[in-house]
Amino acid sequence: MKRVRTCLVVDDSRVMRKVAIRIVEQLEFEGVEAGDGLEALTYCRAAMPDAILLDWSMPVMDGIEFLRRLRAEPDGARPVVVFCSAESRPERIRLAIDHGAAEYIMKPFDGDIIASKFEAVGLI
Amino acid sequence: MTPADLDFVAALVRAHAGVVIRADKAFFIETRLGPVARREKVPGVPALLEKLRQTPDPVLTRQVVEATLMQETSFFRDRAVFERIGKVLLPELAARRPDGRLRVLCAGCATGQEAYSIAMLATDLAAPAAVEIVAVDFGQFPLEKARTGLYTHFEVQRGLPIRRLLAHFDKIDENWRIRADLRQMVQWVELNLLDDLTGLGNFDLVLCRNVLGSLTPEAQTRVLASLEAACRPDAVLVVGAQETPALSAAFRPAGSPGLWQRSPTVAPVPSSASTPVPARTQA
Repeated sequence: MKRVRTCLVVDDSRVMRKVAIRIVEQLEFEGVEAGDGLEALTYCRAAMPDAILLDWSMPVMDGIEFLRRLRAEPDGARPVVVFCSAESRPERIRLAIDHGAAEYIMKPFDGDIIASKFEAVGLI
Repeated sequence: MTPADLDFVAALVRAHAGVVIRADKAFFIETRLGPVARREKVPGVPALLEKLRQTPDPVLTRQVVEATLMQETSFFRDRAVFERIGKVLLPELAARRPDGRLRVLCAGCATGQEAYSIAMLATDLAAPAAVEIVAVDFGQFPLEKARTGLYTHFEVQRGLPIRRLLAHFDKIDENWRIRADLRQMVQWVELNLLDDLTGLGNFDLVLCRNVLGSLTPEAQTRVLASLEAACRPDAVLVVGAQETPALSAAFRPAGSPGLWQRSPTVAPVPSSASTPVPARTQA
């Protein structure tokens, strides 16, 4: 039987996490969540997810700092990271890509956009 | 909208664009015609059609026909097709031309995403400026949008990789505009595909995707003949992945669904593109 892949949704908004989890579940991922970068890092140390949908601006630890630390973890290069943020300035998006994000979603988003981006990075 | 209204619109669209409107499209058609009725300052779609029945004004007829046509498109729609075009077809075609000059036709380009997707792929070639794209559509409004190269937040997030967005677009308020160097690669032409296309010249790559399926059999035959005639002897013709056009023996499947390679050694069937379609009246 095919292993169910997991997608970690990292966002400080509970509503946003709920919306995103519903979408990734429709794309046949198991959706798990974290409310900030540090929580996400703790999750990843215990069980590395296949995909991460990552907000940028969050309390405690932001998305960029999380990504930097994730990539330094053993097996931390494996998850496909897709940023999902209201930040839409081109130079900021470039920074996220330079830090190793595979794709970038600008909020607001819908299911089609997430599906299109996941397809572009080979997740579906 | 009454069944008689739908029949009236369907007959117009069939005569002017060769497009078939199915009976279950009544709601879609009515939604599309609403803005035309408002522009004409008539109280609704039935009144708009009544006006057109009284006076068959060619400008209004055109607007009604244009409004009913599908404009569904997105950047790099059917990713596999564009991957093949970018990685294999364009480099191969360019290598065969000593000056690297390539001509691409997008037939039924709607709001321009397909033409600009080709333009973006061309930037990966050694001489992107040598690629000339001619994009043709019936619709005046979609072409206006295509020409400005301005797309919404949602449009640039469907099929367009983020690296391409950063490389080729500028952010303007909440929208994104494709840069001038890419806009200059495309020439936009307002033209009915049922008309004579020979004036556009010959092409190395011809795309007509998800257009043929909506046409009447006669219109399909005519458009296919025009497209075949527009193909250079070693050109590639691309139709929708689900479309199976009745092409002449000069065209062979080219590796992925919807891709057809013209063989230089097989003479094409004489083109019937210059024969007028009797059903068509002047818009």
